Amino acid sequence: MTRTIRFALLASTMLAGAAHAQTTLTIESWRNDDLAIWQDTIIPAFEAQHPDIKVVFAPSAPAEYNAALNSKLDAGSAGDLITCRPFDASLALYDAGHLADLSGLAAMANFSPVARSAWQTDDASATFCVPMASVIHGFIYNKDAFDALGIAVPVTRDEFFAALDKIKADGTYIPMAMGTNDQWEAATMGYNNIGPNYWKGEEGRLALIAGKQKLTDADWVAPFEELARWKDYLGDGFEAQTYPDSQNLFTLGRAAIYPAGSWEISGFNTQATFKMGAFAPPVAAAGDTCYISDHTDIAIGLNAKSPNLEAGKVFLEWVGSPEFATMYANALPGFFSLNSTPVEMADPLAQEFVSWRGKCQSSIRSTYQILSRGTPNLENETWNASANVIRGSETAADAAKRLQDGLASWYEPQK
Amino acid sequence: MGMRRPVRWHIAVFLAPAVLVYTAIMIVPLFGTLNLALWNKGEGGPVFVGLANFATLFGDPRWSVAFWNALGNNCWFFVVHMLVQNPIGILLAALLSNPRLRMAAFYRTAIFIPTVLSFVIVGFVWKLILSPIWGIAPGLLDAVGLKVLFAPWLGQEWSALTTLALISVWQFVGIPMMLIYAALLSIPDEVLEASEMDGITGWSQFRKIKLPLILPSIGIISILTFVGNFNAFDLIYVSQGALAGPNYATDILGTFLYRTFFGFQLQLGDPHMGATIATAMFGIILVGVCIYLFGIQTRLRRYQF
Repeated sequence: MTRTIRFALLASTMLAGAAHAQTTLTIESWRNDDLAIWQDTIIPAFEAQHPDIKVVFAPSAPAEYNAALNSKLDAGSAGDLITCRPFDASLALYDAGHLADLSGLAAMANFSPVARSAWQTDDASATFCVPMASVIHGFIYNKDAFDALGIAVPVTRDEFFAALDKIKADGTYIPMAMGTNDQWEAATMGYNNIGPNYWKGEEGRLALIAGKQKLTDADWVAPFEELARWKDYLGDGFEAQTYPDSQNLFTLGRAAIYPAGSWEISGFNTQATFKMGAFAPPVAAAGDTCYISDHTDIAIGLNAKSPNLEAGKVFLEWVGSPEFATMYANALPGFFSLNSTPVEMADPLAQEFVSWRGKCQSSIRSTYQILSRGTPNLENETWNASANVIRGSETAADAAKRLQDGLASWYEPQK
Repeated sequence: MGMRRPVRWHIAVFLAPAVLVYTAIMIVPLFGTLNLALWNKGEGGPVFVGLANFATLFGDPRWSVAFWNALGNNCWFFVVHMLVQNPIGILLAALLSNPRLRMAAFYRTAIFIPTVLSFVIVGFVWKLILSPIWGIAPGLLDAVGLKVLFAPWLGQEWSALTTLALISVWQFVGIPMMLIYAALLSIPDEVLEASEMDGITGWSQFRKIKLPLILPSIGIISILTFVGNFNAFDLIYVSQGALAGPNYATDILGTFLYRTFFGFQLQLGDPHMGATIATAMFGIILVGVCIYLFGIQTRLRRYQF
């Protein structure tokens, strides 16, 4: 009897030893589109260098990610590595003790303060996620359509609307592929795409946070006024057109211009059979300084309660390396590396987007830092207001006033 | 006298499994939610705030406007079901119980099938059918020369909620149909024959004999519809998203609760205000059910054969 127990004990220690030899890390993410890239390219490259660590990429649907992740973290069932949304969503996780402080990682030196700012405490004393990529807003256009109609790539707003008029008059193509059913495109690819040119990027954004500008100022109402003009150029029934509808309309060659985020590039490259180009949000007059939304979008952090903290840090050091940056930026053209080391990208459309970093001033989405902390939530309200303005059910001035009133109701500097 | 009744242990033993399971998965969470609504975030942990959350929900215009909008939409959702789903259900049941109808079993099955489909499938399929870009609805209307009637129904404030309510009616019309059908079948032939002897046939037989006999079933269906509608969430979430667009025109209590409790996009979840909304929903449903139980059901006449 004792012998049996002894054997059992021995066997269990051996099994435990075997289990220790390989650590499995699970990554929580909302990027379910990237599953293949992680499984086929990124994870094998890491595992080849670290045979003792196994990595599993376990994404969930984007719209459910935040809610699902918060519940899992509270219940203690979340994965070891957490893909971080920028700013407050992740800051709240850090404050709640769910994310580990990563300031000590050697790889953090590879990122500029701006890149790190989206995943830091307000006083920048702790950084809790390793920055991965930013996305740039602009417009992707159907090059074949532009050539056929003899339209030059618009630089100014007047040229932009002239081009839209010309496409509409011709009638072959829907001038612009966007719908208001899902609301967020109106805010993200509409308001925050064209807005920085009006509020002068960081200058306006920081002034808004400091309380020196208001959402009812002319520079903040003007993007809504321009959005209201978009209505006439959208397809029939755009009110019920969803985000995938818009993507399909464009990639099937039925629409000429697509208000875009650079994350669309890889999907569009596989879907579209025509040549594509991209242009930055048009400015008021030729030669004006242009501003783009170069939004710090995605990073990766460590679950503070993970049993595999050491292995997790090994993985994150690798994520912060130039090697990962090159691999990620090329596997996912349109997700631009935040690493200070310049990354060579092969994709022409991605090159076009990233070239604006040299010509224009970069900013991030106006609603993301600090301003969406209270109730009503400024980002969600901006979705609703932008969609209303495009549908014509609310005027630009009314929408701006509603947003300002909502913000002022809880944000001290705006009171 | 000296004969004490033995303790009847078996009653407790037989009740125990159901009571324990029901307590664990229904009663404890319910009181947990009610309790959560009385607390709020404070410095270093939750603090007891009494009814302050309810004061915020009903008193602060930023919350109350959203709440009354959701409640109003919910009421309209319920009204559409009562006016469309249940009368159609009764009509279908009356047709099905007609002994001269051929292929009754086929119709019954066909009409009932959508009920067993997932909300996700129903929402997705209808969204495709009604899509102004790929949908078959504009094409079908065009084929009969009525293209002008087509509108992007799910995207317009005046029509989105009614459209969704009608989709839900399409899905669930089988339930009142089945319940009424069963009630109609249980009416004894003697009663119907007696009425025929008195010259009451056809429509007036339905109105004067059958309808009073199925009223209790209609009552049950109404209360099921009420509870189902005020707990609804899935269909709206699947087809319009958690922000229940356009401009919150399809926001019902369920989506409002979801956004508040779990958070949405940059909005962080607030379990305390979420629980407050859940408690308000519980109260609304409780009041509705009580009105039915004490105001209507006790007055319904029942007939024994």
